[in-house]
Amino acid sequence: MKEEFIQKFTQTFITDDRYKYFIDGLKITLLIAALAACIGIVIGFLIAIIKVTSERTGKLKLLNVLANIYLTVIRGTPATVQLLIMYYVIMQSSNNKILVAILTFGINSGAYVAEIVRSGISSIDRGQFEAGRSLGFTYGQTMWYIIIPQAFKNVLPALANEFITLLKETSVSGYVALNDLTRAGDLVRSRTYEAFFPLITVALIYLTLVIFLTMGVSKLERRLHTGDR
Amino acid sequence: MTDNNVLFEIKNLTKTFGKTQVLRGINTTIKQGEVLVIIGPSGSGKSTFLRCLNLLEEPTDGEIFFEGNKINDKSCNVNLLREKMGMVFQQFNLFPHMTVKKNIMLAPMKLLKMSEEEASEVADRLLERVGLPDKANAYPGQLSGGQKQRIAIARSLAMNPDVMLFDEPTSALDPEMVGEVLQLMKELAESGMTMAVVTHEMGFAREVASRVVFIDDGVIQEDEKPEEFFGNPKNERLKEFLSKVL
Repeated sequence: MKEEFIQKFTQTFITDDRYKYFIDGLKITLLIAALAACIGIVIGFLIAIIKVTSERTGKLKLLNVLANIYLTVIRGTPATVQLLIMYYVIMQSSNNKILVAILTFGINSGAYVAEIVRSGISSIDRGQFEAGRSLGFTYGQTMWYIIIPQAFKNVLPALANEFITLLKETSVSGYVALNDLTRAGDLVRSRTYEAFFPLITVALIYLTLVIFLTMGVSKLERRLHTGDR
Repeated sequence: MTDNNVLFEIKNLTKTFGKTQVLRGINTTIKQGEVLVIIGPSGSGKSTFLRCLNLLEEPTDGEIFFEGNKINDKSCNVNLLREKMGMVFQQFNLFPHMTVKKNIMLAPMKLLKMSEEEASEVADRLLERVGLPDKANAYPGQLSGGQKQRIAIARSLAMNPDVMLFDEPTSALDPEMVGEVLQLMKELAESGMTMAVVTHEMGFAREVASRVVFIDDGVIQEDEKPEEFFGNPKNERLKEFLSKVL
């Protein structure tokens, strides 16, 4: 029993330096998640501002229509399908799988970030907006100096949760033969015909990452609440 | 405009929200250095009138001239215009994510392109003037209502406006804090600032106003100097209103 355990452990991690699969996979997973998060933030804020501006001023009608199409399509289809379409259809000519994954998950995440940020902006009292405008700030300046900083602070916890979801969502990257953490575990399993160690290892790594991120979020939440309110 | 002393000239101003006509033709002027106090029952349109003056509400019809220029006109740069009009709100509307001093410094730095040192000097001077120099680094959430409103006044003054608009500045305050804000407004009036004040504070109107107007049903029903306004009201509705509030 004990010997079998040690043998399987050795097979999974030591033989042929298989532990490197996990490390390389983790690096790719983190790289995709981090860069996709950046893209998601940028897209999300842009879409949110377009929607709010259109709601309040009646301008940017065309952009608002495009934003609504984007939100509907992205939130109405599975991320896996989006990844496959991106890889096999839209970016057919590109061999850079990592880039494909980053763009797919970034664009996907942007839709969810947009809704979070939009609700954050809507939650800011209208008086803040009027105060900014009455001082002589333009619509854009009022957004930038007064509304966005407050909205950002309010939605930080929700944003962090979105990125935790994003991190886990990247686990479908294996569909386009990208060696992320999940696929690394699966590769090792297919070499050793032993499922327990590689899959549990992968699960534990995700779990550890998420636990750390969650701790970070609640710490952040507490800091925001004790701050200036 | 011929008369240089006239800051605001309002001609036949109307404002409609949906099907409700709130202002039905307001005609008045505000002269330089004048303190115009606007009173009236709730829902009479007095706040809407004030908010039309800096175009927070867009007039439906009529004309508003400010310093000789028609402002409810597409060619008018609303933002430049508002730099010359300070506005103080019932709910203070300080920026909660900035310190008191940053609240005051923001507009001068970004709009008047003051350097940080200049803006800081302006802020210090204004904090001194409103009696709150020790609150420079506090956040709005740490202030009392009266203190918040004094800071809001300082924030508006930092833009060195030609006129100050007050929209029920003491209505959201606990009674014991009303005095400090009214005192500051009185000092401001004595310094020669042109002011338009929507308020329920009859004592302030009587003591500080150069003219008091009574708005009801979307029109100005009475427009008099305070002694005449309170001592010898002519309009029936005003008499009824005064008998309720005094």
